[in-house]
Amino acid sequence: MDFYGVELSSRLLLGTAQYPSPAILADAVRASCTEVVTVSLRREAARSRSGQSFWSLIRSLGVRILPNTAGCHSVKEAVTTAQMAREVFETNWIKLEVIGDTDTLQPDVFSLVEAARILARDAFEVFPYTSDDLSVADRLIEAGCRVLMPLGAPIGSGRGLNNPFALRVMRSRFPDIPLVVDAGIGLPSHAAAAMELGFDAVLLNTAVAKAGDPVAMAAAFAAAVEAGRMAYRADPMPQRDMASPSTPVLGMAMLA
Amino acid sequence: MQIILNGEQREIAASVLADALIELGYDTATIATAVNGTFVAARLRASTSLRAGDAIEVVAPRHGG
Repeated sequence: MDFYGVELSSRLLLGTAQYPSPAILADAVRASCTEVVTVSLRREAARSRSGQSFWSLIRSLGVRILPNTAGCHSVKEAVTTAQMAREVFETNWIKLEVIGDTDTLQPDVFSLVEAARILARDAFEVFPYTSDDLSVADRLIEAGCRVLMPLGAPIGSGRGLNNPFALRVMRSRFPDIPLVVDAGIGLPSHAAAAMELGFDAVLLNTAVAKAGDPVAMAAAFAAAVEAGRMAYRADPMPQRDMASPSTPVLGMAMLA
Repeated sequence: MQIILNGEQREIAASVLADALIELGYDTATIATAVNGTFVAARLRASTSLRAGDAIEVVAPRHGG
């Protein structure tokens, strides 16, 4: 799998928020086998140093950083946040979120495209949190995005893939663009389903962080992502509506 | 002069951003800065003058999804 020329072997991207403790976060990251974690930027109180210890922990994990623009509602906020993230995290990667609705946290796709264009022109490598709308996807690619991250369901909802049909169509329309299901995944089976559709990766956070045992759940997701990818490559059988006997009918004894 | 640091009024003696950050206690921290909503790169902090009422945002790495 290739994101902007970076080869990755793990197809699971993991968020770093909401874990019971820093130690559990670190153990979950290791158990997930992820190579990419998402982080954010937030206000740092003078002399508090709370961000510094978190940053030391993340650096010790030896994973690649994907900073986000979570919570931004405007192009200006998102672009400024991306610029600050590039300096702090020393990466051109940015998970671009421009939120349009405070209840559903759905993306404002108009501002998303505009921000993506500004950032791509400034040499950012943009990972847009987007909808499954094909015309929006076209605009994002036109703006310079080489990865698309449609949501499976609202952020933090754990509902899984609300519209597998749309995701399947998206995969079919963009066979050469890395596609990541970002948001809404609650169970390993949801992640496996995304991978079975041919998605290149999944990005999740709450499903691991809020599990009773986050470290065990991280391992479960790693296995599910791997299984889903193997299934996709194995070319699943076509679905049908009516039954089709798997045991041969021919040669059945006449016993009636 | 009075500035706004992360949404709170503060009194500082410094007149440029780099000095203000030292005065406020951020000297060795991994941070990024913006003034009045515009990103100010670390290399430009020493040449970024502050005026009374400026809104300075100082951010650092945090958990994120």
